[in-house]
Amino acid sequence: MSRLLIKNGRVVDPSQKLDEGLDILVVEGKIARLAERLADPNAQVVDATGLVVAPGFIDVHVHLREPGFEYKETISSGTAAAVAGGFTAVCCMPNTNPVNDNPAVTEYILTRAREAGNCRVYPIGAVSKGLAGEELAEMGEMVRAGAVGFSDDGKPVHSAYLMRRALEYSLLFDVPVVDHCEEPTLTARGVMHEGAVATRLGLRGIPAAAEEVMVWRDVVLAQLTGARVHIAHLSTAGALEAVRLAKARGLKVTCEVTPHHLALTDQAVAETQYDTNTKMNPPLRSAEHVQALVEGVLDGTVDCLATDHAPHHADEKNVEFDHAPFGVVGLETAVPVTFDLLVAKHRMPLSRFVACWSTNPARIFRLPGGSLKVGAPADLTLLDPEQRATVKPEKFRSKSRNTPFAGRRLRGWPAMTIVGGRVVFRRG
Amino acid sequence: MTVKAAPSLKSRHLLGIDPLSPGEIQLILDTAEQMREIAKRPIKKVPALRGKTVVNLFLEPSTRTRFSFEVAEKRLSADTLNFSASGSSVEKGETLVDTARNLEAMEPDFIVLRHPQPGAPHMLAKVLQASIINAGDGTHEHPTQALLDALTIRLHKKTLEGLVVAIVGDLQHSRVVRSNVLLLSRMGATVRVAGPPSLVPVGMESLGCQVFYRMEEAIRGADVVMMLRIQLERQERMNFPTVREYYDLFALTPERLKLAKKDCLVMHPGPMNRGVEIDSRVADGPQSVILEQVTNGVAVRMAVLYLLAGGSGEPVTD
Amino acid sequence: MKRVLVLEAKELSRVLERMAAEILEKVPDEKKLYFVGIQTRGVPLAHRLAHLVGQKTGSPAPVGALDITLYRDDVGPWRPAHRQPVLRATQLPKPVDGQVIVLVDDVLYTGRTIRAALDTLMDYGRPQVIRLAVLVDRGHRELPIAADVVGRLVPTSRLEDVQVRLSECDGEEGVWIVKEEDR
Repeated sequence: MSRLLIKNGRVVDPSQKLDEGLDILVVEGKIARLAERLADPNAQVVDATGLVVAPGFIDVHVHLREPGFEYKETISSGTAAAVAGGFTAVCCMPNTNPVNDNPAVTEYILTRAREAGNCRVYPIGAVSKGLAGEELAEMGEMVRAGAVGFSDDGKPVHSAYLMRRALEYSLLFDVPVVDHCEEPTLTARGVMHEGAVATRLGLRGIPAAAEEVMVWRDVVLAQLTGARVHIAHLSTAGALEAVRLAKARGLKVTCEVTPHHLALTDQAVAETQYDTNTKMNPPLRSAEHVQALVEGVLDGTVDCLATDHAPHHADEKNVEFDHAPFGVVGLETAVPVTFDLLVAKHRMPLSRFVACWSTNPARIFRLPGGSLKVGAPADLTLLDPEQRATVKPEKFRSKSRNTPFAGRRLRGWPAMTIVGGRVVFRRG
Repeated sequence: MTVKAAPSLKSRHLLGIDPLSPGEIQLILDTAEQMREIAKRPIKKVPALRGKTVVNLFLEPSTRTRFSFEVAEKRLSADTLNFSASGSSVEKGETLVDTARNLEAMEPDFIVLRHPQPGAPHMLAKVLQASIINAGDGTHEHPTQALLDALTIRLHKKTLEGLVVAIVGDLQHSRVVRSNVLLLSRMGATVRVAGPPSLVPVGMESLGCQVFYRMEEAIRGADVVMMLRIQLERQERMNFPTVREYYDLFALTPERLKLAKKDCLVMHPGPMNRGVEIDSRVADGPQSVILEQVTNGVAVRMAVLYLLAGGSGEPVTD
Repeated sequence: MKRVLVLEAKELSRVLERMAAEILEKVPDEKKLYFVGIQTRGVPLAHRLAHLVGQKTGSPAPVGALDITLYRDDVGPWRPAHRQPVLRATQLPKPVDGQVIVLVDDVLYTGRTIRAALDTLMDYGRPQVIRLAVLVDRGHRELPIAADVVGRLVPTSRLEDVQVRLSECDGEEGVWIVKEEDR
């Protein structure tokens, strides 16, 4: 009978409004007891002195690239990166090859994830067959196989009619539809945020309006259908306004923001002289937007943080800015980037920080984690709030290194990741 | 207050006007002004770049800029290699970095790059040893064009400071306007730009100019009017209704030119679309300095090559 | 920095007078005289000598300015910390072909500048003869070059610098030897 005793940590669990020094006993992969000064002679002891002990962090937006793009990432390498980044679960997007638009692919992903044995993997199925935006995929079959939500991520559900039907159909299963909000005719082959920096660099701009038009549409459709819309990687002040209004009206609209959209502005493209690791979609926005996003996280309008971890091979990125694929990796930098910015700099309460990475994602996607209540799965993230270290892409477990944070010195790194009572990562 | 020329250029690359200080711009213009004299000699060649190798890597069609660089290189005695996209490894799918690395294996001292993508020269500058000269990167910058425009203006008006320069046309797709606005505003000129609102990029004024929609407002009282080419090949979706309407609203005609100062210069980076953005009576009129721009282009490129070539910097005391 | 005066203003004009006389003795055909000063201080000196010679012959000779920068032998290999010498104007009021050129410079030292000047001139045409007139010859030649007319021989060490200052460009007049004390 496996037993693990986590001693002397500061337990932060928003689901029980806990923030105090407690010991946690884990038995058979589940939380068995929380109390001060626990002892158990048969348990393996983890000394968590100086560490924050939180319910396992969940990243609801990653691209594991398998099947089909194993040269960028595999389920094994992606989940290894996840646990090294402090995550105990990830939701993976369906834009693989073949697309995850049927239960066979969903099951394949889950099998590969079990074999890898790192973190939990929750597949997100495609809204439309082949992500073509034309016919609904077999959502029910995929839910039965283990899908936790639906998305055509990488592109928006462009047809308002299809989005309406998808939302209506999702009511059957009470799962969210995750939309990558972008009006493609407004994006018009843009490669970075439209504004003064893009103008100076001569790069085609993606206006904030391209995202906002689609977010407003989704808010309207959420009202029409009563279904759950989750806005992926929200990046503009106007989009945040739409979500704020939807929430005020009591609509089931939630949203996530990525660490890079909070920590970087479009200036990064200029400062790095067109480094393609500053190219992602949605693009890094201007300072006004970034400031609004930070405020949105601090005031709770933003429900959760998510990385949009998008690995690409170095050869794909080592081309002209216009030709490079969109996307950056995020799993192994997300926690320190957001801790450094939100907790260290903006004094965000730790319980709110943990809610954004754990409690809220679990609630939105109805996932088993997000809590340290007795009986819950023993998924835990241990953070060292004082540790300062430099981002070293060459040390990443991910197969890809396309990060805009290389060389950054950050505070607040994951120290240990525990999944189902098993230590899957220990920072050495 | 006139800008004092810097003693040297900070970078070994010329990636754009944006990284240059006013003093560096002045140094290039002063040097170019002296270079002009070489074209008038019986032997139009000096030995300054003897033994240097320049690769002209032109991955976008260009005649005048490539010729201008080639003449400049030859007048400085450099050895030149010309590489263009058609029929080359680029057409076979080789990446820009691989192409450039292969060329670098031949140890060139300079790579003059014309490329359809913004930032391509910056990318090469990060990985190559050679000095990179940006000869136009997509819709980003065309620094030697702005320098030759500035030299042309300076030769006529003595200084750039205090002048009113109006630039009219397709601001969205023009690398010439970006480089010119940055340069002229940095040197103390007042820059006004005008064009169809659908072709004015967001945040244009942050480059250092005033934005107008009606060209009449921009050219009223101007010392210089610079017309931009309507880049018909870059308008994948027409951003203005028709060429005819464009001519009506934005072409430089003799009537419109009367709004500017009497001695206003008329400039165009070429190639011109006569009857689209400029009326032939203006293009060929007495105020036009369009052909001088071409002549000055060679001098400016010689100056840039010379200054980037660098020596030890120890003055000869003899 | 120690600065020692070796030629004061009044003396300098006497030296130029003597040089003008000597130039007339050393040229084959005074009607074809053409003074060319090397930028920068050779240029005012060329003007002064042309004026003095003109007083003697009664007809003023043309004066040109020559910039030799692009012919220098140290404008060469690329170095990371690069700095190129500043270009000055070359202005030759008439062709040099068949003319009697008097090349004028302030200080003759290694001879490298004169080598560059000869090459520069040759690219403009084929003079009948070229004579060299310098205000100061400080020795230490590195090339087989000698002046035809020398204003003043000033023995120096290589650690010293000879400074010619002319009212036209410097606001003072005279020749000094300058020595950095701690070198």
